Amino acid sequence: MDKNPISMQINVDDFLPASEEEKAYMVQMRPSSTFFKDGCRRLFKNKVAFVSMIVIILITLSSIVIPMLWPYDYQTQLGVQPGHPVDPSFNNLAPMEYSTTEQAAMSKGETVFPHIFGTDDHGRDYFIRIVYGTRISLAVGFFASIIVLVVGMTLGSVAGFMGGRVDMVIMRIVDVIYSLPDMLMVILLASVMRETLGSALEGTVLQAIGSNIISLFIIFALLYWCSMARLIRGQILSLREQEYVLAAEAAGAKAGWIIKKHLIPNCISVIIISTALQIPSAIFTESFLSFLGLGVNAPMPSLGSLASEALNGITSYPYRLVIPALVISLIVLGLNLFGDGLRDAFDPKLNQ
Amino acid sequence: MDSKTISYILKRIVMAVFTLWAVITITFFVMHAVPGGPFTREKAISAEAQAALNAKYGLDKPLFEQYTTYLGDAIQGNFGPSIKQRGRMVTDIIVDGMKTSAKIGIIALLIATVFGIIFGAIAALKRNTIFDRIIMVMTTAFVSMPSFIMGSLLLILFCTTLNLLPANGAAKGGLILPVITLALYPMSYITRLTRSSMLDVLGQDYIRTAKAKGVSERNVIVHHALKNSLIPVITYFGPELAYIVTGSLVVEQIFAVPGIGRYFVNSITGRDYTLIMGTTIVLATLIVIMNLVSDILYKVVDPRITLE
Repeated sequence: MDKNPISMQINVDDFLPASEEEKAYMVQMRPSSTFFKDGCRRLFKNKVAFVSMIVIILITLSSIVIPMLWPYDYQTQLGVQPGHPVDPSFNNLAPMEYSTTEQAAMSKGETVFPHIFGTDDHGRDYFIRIVYGTRISLAVGFFASIIVLVVGMTLGSVAGFMGGRVDMVIMRIVDVIYSLPDMLMVILLASVMRETLGSALEGTVLQAIGSNIISLFIIFALLYWCSMARLIRGQILSLREQEYVLAAEAAGAKAGWIIKKHLIPNCISVIIISTALQIPSAIFTESFLSFLGLGVNAPMPSLGSLASEALNGITSYPYRLVIPALVISLIVLGLNLFGDGLRDAFDPKLNQ
Repeated sequence: MDSKTISYILKRIVMAVFTLWAVITITFFVMHAVPGGPFTREKAISAEAQAALNAKYGLDKPLFEQYTTYLGDAIQGNFGPSIKQRGRMVTDIIVDGMKTSAKIGIIALLIATVFGIIFGAIAALKRNTIFDRIIMVMTTAFVSMPSFIMGSLLLILFCTTLNLLPANGAAKGGLILPVITLALYPMSYITRLTRSSMLDVLGQDYIRTAKAKGVSERNVIVHHALKNSLIPVITYFGPELAYIVTGSLVVEQIFAVPGIGRYFVNSITGRDYTLIMGTTIVLATLIVIMNLVSDILYKVVDPRITLE
């Protein structure tokens, strides 16, 4: 029906019910996906990363749960009981072997919990020491990475935001620390801090953690923040130049809003990925130091110190070295593969 | 060489010298933070003897003067006497240990580089075949294994179980396992590096051009692909040496090799502070110089890289 272009008459066609074809346009084919969901989907599709994630989760959970259920303790010397002479038959048991006392108890019909990996030369259940060592190593790796994250993020974002002289000073410090041979500096600091921290910590809460672990954390805070700071500074500098930040500024957004809505969400995947990849390197460093005798304080076990102790009896008890060695390799390999998977899934840009 | 390259090299040398100065300074002041000072012995000694010792080693002088003296001596390669090994100079101990350590280190470096490049090239050329898969799985496993674990496992396998090689580094053939242990990690790393850069190079236009104009397969691989894909490997020389130096600390401990790494670890447990300082500075100098050389080489070899 022709109508006068300037007439106020309503076009009746606009009020017809929608046809099936038109309705089909409005149907959502699939729910809209967020960045996080997309990333998770890519991560779960990556079989290697998914399996590594499961392995890491299993190891972490068992290192937390097993000590609660296990009848033995990592530091109890089973042969030493108050009021009794030391029973040496508890020492150096082979896997699944029982001491003479336990055999006697078993012949009377009592049930004795088996020593799955035997006992060490002090008569301590070796399985629970491995589990505890795993827990310590994982915890050290995790907290060291958090410390690196906090220090690196603070200094990196300060350098990125302030610019100018502050930026220059921080970046020069980063350059110098970067060119220092890190392992040598770590050994130097660890060997000295062991001396100085021990007395300073006495009587405080931190004493329970042990001076060596505290000095390890301090070393990480001093030396390993550089790459994180560089990364975050670079991110902030490049993100500030993006058009959408300019658009938000033009629309009158406040600095706090821009940081919250634009900078942090765009940085966060990079930050999480590099923190995840920092964990295996921290575990590596801890086990290396433990092996040199600069790691956790005895009797606390870590995987590195267990391997180091096992070296003395390597001809008679090679499994005591193989087990912690396998666990370390499994953890480091798993975390590395998982970190790579995270990077591929959440930051396609980094992968090129 | 143009003036830009020369100014870059000069800048890097200044930076390296500054780093070495930082290493010496940090080492000196960190060691002085030890309670009681580095020359306090465990056994109680009389006040006069302590004063005499302090005077002998210049410890009665103000800290800054001690620092400048140490700095001057260290530059000349003199690190003073060892505290625990009486009558021996730190420099002599280091030179002594270096003889064995340098032998192991250089052989490991060569093996790692040569075999890493060969395996990497094979993996890239036979991409997605069984060779590639095996090489990649092996290198992934080796890269995730700390050197002390690798060393211990090799020790169990070859010395205890198979009884093929001696476990003592001082014995005949005893240096074979330490060298292998040190070489495996950098070799795996170089393999992966060469593989990925070779895959990158093989996709370039000039490779297609070379093939199109009838250059033989062998020549394309050796002259065009391999040469260009080795450029990233040069940058790894610095970290590679750093790895071998730190790796030698544990490897020499495991296999009882009488080298500088073993002295270093023993000096830590024995609290021989002058030896710790001297060894740290010498090893750090090695690493810093190697980093400098590989950085400069990298820029000189590839004219496409822009200097900053």
